[in-house]
Amino acid sequence: MSFADKGTPRRIGAVVLRHWYLIAGSWPRFLDLCYWPIVQMILWGFIQTFLMRQSDFFAQAGGILLGAVMLWDVLFRGQIGLAISFFEEVYSRNLGHLLATPLKIGEYMAALMVVSLMRTIVGLFPATLLAIWFFGFSLYSLGIALIAFFFSLIIFGWSIGLFVAGLVLRYGLGAESFAWAFIFALAPLCGIYYPIAILPSWVQALSALLPASYIFEGMRTVLIDHVVRTDDLLIASGLNLVWLAGGIAGFLLFHASARERGMLLQLGE
Amino acid sequence: MDAIVDSDGGMDRAADVQLDAEPAIQVDGLVKRYGDVLAVDGIGFAVARGSFTALLGGNGAGKTTTIAILLGLVRPTAGRIRILGQDFALHAKALLARMNFQSPYADLPRRLTVRQNLTIYARLYGVVKVTDRIAYLARELDLSALLDRPLGELSAGQRTRAGLAKAFVNRPELVLLDEPTASLDPDTADWVRGFLARYAREANASFFIASHNMLEVERLCDQVLMMKNGRIVDSGAPKELIAKYGRTTLEDVFLEVARHGAKGGAA
Repeated sequence: MSFADKGTPRRIGAVVLRHWYLIAGSWPRFLDLCYWPIVQMILWGFIQTFLMRQSDFFAQAGGILLGAVMLWDVLFRGQIGLAISFFEEVYSRNLGHLLATPLKIGEYMAALMVVSLMRTIVGLFPATLLAIWFFGFSLYSLGIALIAFFFSLIIFGWSIGLFVAGLVLRYGLGAESFAWAFIFALAPLCGIYYPIAILPSWVQALSALLPASYIFEGMRTVLIDHVVRTDDLLIASGLNLVWLAGGIAGFLLFHASARERGMLLQLGE
Repeated sequence: MDAIVDSDGGMDRAADVQLDAEPAIQVDGLVKRYGDVLAVDGIGFAVARGSFTALLGGNGAGKTTTIAILLGLVRPTAGRIRILGQDFALHAKALLARMNFQSPYADLPRRLTVRQNLTIYARLYGVVKVTDRIAYLARELDLSALLDRPLGELSAGQRTRAGLAKAFVNRPELVLLDEPTASLDPDTADWVRGFLARYAREANASFFIASHNMLEVERLCDQVLMMKNGRIVDSGAPKELIAKYGRTTLEDVFLEVARHGAKGGAA
């Protein structure tokens, strides 16, 4: 069985279209995508403004908290966007229909990633513009490194999202809460708002396994020292390959187990 | 392949079945075990091209598991399946492009309109003229006025018709239906049966139906497979089974098999 054929883009596009219909057809859903990143950005923007008045470090490193919160949202929205898109099929009991079409499981995973990318961009873009207007900080000042940071974080988010989706596929909607639990458990280890060096040494060892740790360190280096650490980016890319392979393998294994146990047709609320 | 409508509205389609072609479905030694539970116990059957075959059995008999296996949604423990002349295990996705199904266990997204749902599935199946196909199905299934309404706003019967439209969106050669008329009023159900028979005639399609509506099975089906405890305990044309059990309706035959087992020992 081949992984892709000439119908692959069309089938991926069909799944993406299904989610676009859902978002575009409901302004509360559209608003919800943008709302939380904006609220987070405003909250951390004011914290940063306060700290800049109190500390020379923050005064000189303008934007590190705002940059951190918006890059964290790339990771968080990337992960949750993939998981929620999968949960939508489960809530609507549509998964059996989808998986009994010519859509291949690899195409379905790819479609979930595209939907996650779409949701992340739609959700985050307004916050980045408002950050310029409200606080005079442009995430785009990270330059070309922003592209590398963005994809590194979203790929890490997809890895976790695929694993969580697999868990729900295998164990049902009871495992839904892992979508939030996993990512927030990793947050303290990633050094989003502080350098990894302040963590206990054994925690630093765990942080070293997370691509996001290198990205947040890299963001601080760009904003404070105006240097792009390519070595950190390469390590993050290598780790992402491992994490993504793990996420895909987890989803495939859970899918195989769900198929073995006859859960694919009846999975739903 | 012309359907002949009986004076009572029933359809005698036995003459239309293509017995010489490789079966639409050929199943041999199919087993599905969930831990200690044997859901499907070594069944074998063939569904002739252009035929309507019904799978009858009480709750838990193994009908839904059998259909899910034929759709690739459940992995069989053992057995061999050929669909439309090809090994299903080797060509599942290519074969699924030529099949379709409707089941009460799977819904379409209710927040999307009927048109949006059909568009998505048309694209998934690679339908070329999507707009034309949707317009045709809407006419055939009386959905034209409902196309731009969210599925969640429709009645159960209207949703069933939308589900049937999805089941025919790719002009399938093989259609698997689980209780296709369960939520329809008698008039609409009869009209849907007419659509199924007409489609079978026009597309030379084969149907595999799980149903509890014995009258529907009597009127539509060429062959009946009676399932109990994961096994096929009897099979034959509806009239043959009625005669064999000395009953007047297929429902009486179903009750006889369910309560006392099949004639000839298999139970």
